[in-house]
Amino acid sequence: MQTVRVDVAIVGGGGAGLRAAIAVAERYPDLSIALISKVYPMRSHTVAAEGGSAGVVGEGDSLEKHFNDTVAGGDWLSDQDVVQYFVEHATEEMYQLEKWGIPWSRRPDGHVNVRRFGGMSQPRTWFAADKTGFYMLHSMFQTSLKYPQIVRYDEFFALEVVTDDEGGTERARGVLAYTMRDGYPVLFEAGAVVITTGGAGRIYGSNTNGAICTADGMGMAYRAGVPLRDMEFVQYHPTALPGSGVLLTEGARGEGGILVNKDGYRYLQDYGLGPETPLGHPENKFMELGPRDRVSQAYWHELQKGRTLETAHGPAVGLDLRHLGAAYIHERLPLIVELAEQYLGLDPVKDVIPVRPAVHYTMGGIRVGLDASSSLPGLYAAGECSSSGLHGANRLGSNSLAELCVLGKVAGEQAGAFAVLDPVRPSIGVRSRAADVADRYVAMMGAGTEDPAAIRREMNAAMDAGLGIYRTGDGMREAVSRIAALQERYADVRVSDTCPVYNTDWTQAIELGHMLDVAHAMAASALAREESRGAHQRLDGFDKRDDERFLAHTLATRDAQGHPVVSYEPVVITTSQPATRAYGAAGQAPGKAATAETPTIPKEA
Amino acid sequence: MAHSEAGGVMTVEVQRYRPDVDDTPRLVSYEVPWTQDTSVLDALNYIKDELDSSITFRWSCRMAICGSCGFMLNGEPKLGCEQFLRTYAPGPLRIEPLANHAVERDLVVDLEPFMTKLAAVEPYLHPDPTGTPEPGNLQTPEQMTRYGQFAACINCMLCYAACPQVGLATDFLGPAAITAAVRYNKDSRDFGNAQRLPLLDQEDGLWPCTFVGACSTACPKGVDPAAAIQQAKFAATMDWATEFVMPHHGAPGAKDGGHA
Repeated sequence: MQTVRVDVAIVGGGGAGLRAAIAVAERYPDLSIALISKVYPMRSHTVAAEGGSAGVVGEGDSLEKHFNDTVAGGDWLSDQDVVQYFVEHATEEMYQLEKWGIPWSRRPDGHVNVRRFGGMSQPRTWFAADKTGFYMLHSMFQTSLKYPQIVRYDEFFALEVVTDDEGGTERARGVLAYTMRDGYPVLFEAGAVVITTGGAGRIYGSNTNGAICTADGMGMAYRAGVPLRDMEFVQYHPTALPGSGVLLTEGARGEGGILVNKDGYRYLQDYGLGPETPLGHPENKFMELGPRDRVSQAYWHELQKGRTLETAHGPAVGLDLRHLGAAYIHERLPLIVELAEQYLGLDPVKDVIPVRPAVHYTMGGIRVGLDASSSLPGLYAAGECSSSGLHGANRLGSNSLAELCVLGKVAGEQAGAFAVLDPVRPSIGVRSRAADVADRYVAMMGAGTEDPAAIRREMNAAMDAGLGIYRTGDGMREAVSRIAALQERYADVRVSDTCPVYNTDWTQAIELGHMLDVAHAMAASALAREESRGAHQRLDGFDKRDDERFLAHTLATRDAQGHPVVSYEPVVITTSQPATRAYGAAGQAPGKAATAETPTIPKEA
Repeated sequence: MAHSEAGGVMTVEVQRYRPDVDDTPRLVSYEVPWTQDTSVLDALNYIKDELDSSITFRWSCRMAICGSCGFMLNGEPKLGCEQFLRTYAPGPLRIEPLANHAVERDLVVDLEPFMTKLAAVEPYLHPDPTGTPEPGNLQTPEQMTRYGQFAACINCMLCYAACPQVGLATDFLGPAAITAAVRYNKDSRDFGNAQRLPLLDQEDGLWPCTFVGACSTACPKGVDPAAAIQQAKFAATMDWATEFVMPHHGAPGAKDGGHA
């Protein structure tokens, strides 16, 4: 086993990891930084974000409005001190990206342009065509090349967070990883560790995520004793392609696209998002610009009513852009045009595009505070793998790209400060334990009998069935027991491939182990929350928000047997007391919104 | 017009190479069921899940933006996620690693030479030494069009696989790295032209390019690296001429209106 000593080890080379690395380099130029990633940074899934990134700019908007949109969008489960910090720093981060060369879409006068986005009361979404994440990732990655102290370890697969308790307090001491290229374990001894490994969408069968979004960082922190928070809140994006789950940006609706059922009817008006806005004149927080949870829930209701389209890949609704015209569609939504052509043979200028909700984002993750620190001293997290408290029960589109900048920077600066105060020291105990752990992982190769692809498919099916847009106690209990049974089978997972070089059979098996652990935490957290809030909607008598019992964050902590134990902690409320969450016309008349609080649940469901 | 329904079983030949066992790569045939929207990437994942879990390839986003899954498909460099078996019906389809790259294993090639070349051209904004306006630069849509196309490169390496010179001149920076340099050189916010030009204007920098244009044909994102290289050669030539008549470049001029 090779050993590398660094001040700050960052696991994950996407937007949050790159932002953290640059923050360390700028704030603490003398510190050494290891940027460890299982893919080359420009392959990270930040690349797939399309619509844009929020930041208050221009007349008519205010930090207070962004704060209120985010808190209401999160159904009052957001920590409001975090939301306040976030809205105060989002815009400066968008300008920081500008100075790093991102090609923000501009107005004719050269100022940045912003677009409308779901659940946002004002146009405040900065965008670079419909490839915002791509441009953001490449701008940050290429900027990171300026800093010689950021040493990249590309295609190094992180296995575990290494801890020790010298001096009586357990703390992070580094990261054990494995070089995918050479097949060799490497221990990164580090003063501080930052996890920025992204989301967990591949736990589900129908998802918009890339192959790499496999919950690794969440799983590593969870196994190191750190709680995962609010894991039941899994976002379904309303507009993905049926079958593949490939994402069609919310920007398509921000620019004026509409959703129609099989009768060509704009059904969102039936679900507390109306009245219908005129074609080509989208209005913030109305109709297609409702928040993602509500729009996905409306799809579910249309499905129950038999008003969806039939496609070769099952039911769908229609995303209609035709009224926007060819020139506008090509300028603002070029990727949508490419995707529709490639995957469906359709032209959005002439054709209605079939779409359906698919799992997109994990609101929950590694529990961290406003300083990005976890409960394990020396371990930090940022981006989708973390639960910063920003998104509450439902994330608003374009808050996540801004989050990875704002809180990625915080994570880097705080981890740097920690590493300065308590620098890395070599530890015989840490090294010998890490070597044992490495041996255990390597021994997986050429062993086992359980087919990993079968386990993965069954996990996907269990989560799709039991933890979907609407949930019941029975369905979630079934999911918990199916996942637990799969974990038992996983103990004997088969890795046929014995080649040390790029053994993706092995890496996929390790990813599967993380996904199962995190899926279990999701299902147990969901089952315990006996209310409906944001992306967690129940049909079994808990169909209303219950602030008496559940105005609280869920914590899932791993016990000695590897099972999640659920507990709660308070939500930080500063200025916004929980209120009725309303959109459409009801959202315009505070105090008169009760009738449109939630869509009506059909009795037969 | 939606794709018509089609499908069947196709023979897919994949180049396999396991470095600790094999002396040379070999083609292995697999029978893959397909329908009208089965991508080449789907076919590889079918093989991995159902037929041979040791088959090795890179992939992630499935939507032609992460740049991971470039392969040679029947001899042409393509992204596996946006190519469909229907195009190759009735088969067989041959999948090989990207040409002009060292093969690590199966379809995985060595990207390190490219990463070194990319970093070498300083692909980041060199701000105005006299200061950047707050809160940020202005840039008109017209100024953006001068570099916008070149900023769309996803580093998928298809252009390196297509380029006849990449295989001959190993130190040639290659289409994507030169394009990255030109992307910044053409950006009204950037003042790094003078630093980048000597990096490009070396024997193995941009000059091995013979304007075959294969890079632009192969590019899945319409970047047109050949145009970028042509512009870089022109700039380097002009720089040489300027140096000849006016040593040390004279005064550095503001470009494209600077912050205007």
